[in-house]
Amino acid sequence: MKLKPVEASLSSDFAEAIKKASGENIYICFQCKKCTVGCPLMFAMDMTPTQIIHAIRQGVDIARIMDGVKIIAQQRGIKPPVISVPAFYNAALTNVKIFGRMYELGLIADLKRRTGEFTKDMGMGIKMFSKGKLKIIPHYSARARRIFNRVKQLERNKP
Amino acid sequence: MKIAYYPGCSLHSTAREYAASFEAVCDKLGIELVEPDDWICCGTTPAHSTDHLLSIALPVENLRLAEKMGFDRIVVPCASCFQRLKTAAFEINQARKLFDDVNKALDEPYKNTVKILHPIELFLEPEIQKSLKELSKPGDLAEKPVACYYGCLLVRPPKIMQFDAYEYPVKMDEVLGSVGIPTLDWRCKTSCCGAAFSLTETDVVIELTQKIFEEARKVGARAIAVACPLCHANLDTRQEEVERKFAANYGIPILYFTQLMGLALGIEASRLDLDRHLTNTRPLLAPAC
Repeated sequence: MKLKPVEASLSSDFAEAIKKASGENIYICFQCKKCTVGCPLMFAMDMTPTQIIHAIRQGVDIARIMDGVKIIAQQRGIKPPVISVPAFYNAALTNVKIFGRMYELGLIADLKRRTGEFTKDMGMGIKMFSKGKLKIIPHYSARARRIFNRVKQLERNKP
Repeated sequence: MKIAYYPGCSLHSTAREYAASFEAVCDKLGIELVEPDDWICCGTTPAHSTDHLLSIALPVENLRLAEKMGFDRIVVPCASCFQRLKTAAFEINQARKLFDDVNKALDEPYKNTVKILHPIELFLEPEIQKSLKELSKPGDLAEKPVACYYGCLLVRPPKIMQFDAYEYPVKMDEVLGSVGIPTLDWRCKTSCCGAAFSLTETDVVIELTQKIFEEARKVGARAIAVACPLCHANLDTRQEEVERKFAANYGIPILYFTQLMGLALGIEASRLDLDRHLTNTRPLLAPAC
């Protein structure tokens, strides 16, 4: 995959937003690029950790920063280049909120609805089903829904 | 011994073999596993990628349920659940404010008294090691070396997991060694399989797992042992696709390390769910040549 050059320089507002979303201070990075060179998924990235952070490992937790950046992108409504990944996150969380536990068949159906990829992995799905690896009847618990709602409430009340 | 047991969603569905074999091995060892009443999903990747507070509150609720039932230890076989529960416990210990917020989100506050264990840690406890060595009768399996695949989540990030040597872990090898199964040195112990990209960015998974199969074949592994439902899904269910794409013929059985333990402890194969895999596991059971 071709990497895009990062055009804008890192604004301190953005660094602050990352700090808020992930708890990580990216200013202590000295840009050795080890996080990016060592990542097995570099070939699949449109932007590498170094491009995003210009930050590195003085105890900086890269994975948490990447989570923080994803959360900010979602809050700001930025359209992702690969829609299937956030579609999967949303489908999975909706599923857990409703059932309390992951209901795989429901998740797969919802993911297909969101991405429009109706035939993807059909053969594998049928094989897994025939091996009894996909539960037909979901578990049901309202416990997760209560937590989801309280978390949303707490986050809304945050300054 | 009685211990709380958090199976997580996968062990009730796509990873039923892991649950069946872990429970059978514990049964053999006289370990009683108790699932907390009405446990819920830990939130896994979708939660920590989208909402930090939620990603901590969901695991802590499960710890609280175990605590309420009087347990001070909980065993968590799924590497992803294990990592999320450990991360949540680590973070509430680091930040009082976060712990307070989490407690506001739960039905009742958590008192923070439950220790999180992986089955590998449980099986390495001295008393259990003694039983494992006594009970082991590996037979032909003693001639069939396997490659232990740890993946990412069991060992990383090290400051949270504090599980094993994070670049070259050995504890799964030690557990299998204690029941007489030989294991191999190889370079892909902690390589990434693509994890949650399985359903969305499948090409990434195909690319990453091919390297793992190639290395396992090079060192002569008769099977790959795993401790993670996602690693298993990617290596087992996608193996045929990898073979097709790279015109290769690996045919490497992917077993949960607890299935291998079960075989070496003389537990009937039918209780270990060996036929639920998509990649045939029978070559491993055939007589050594």
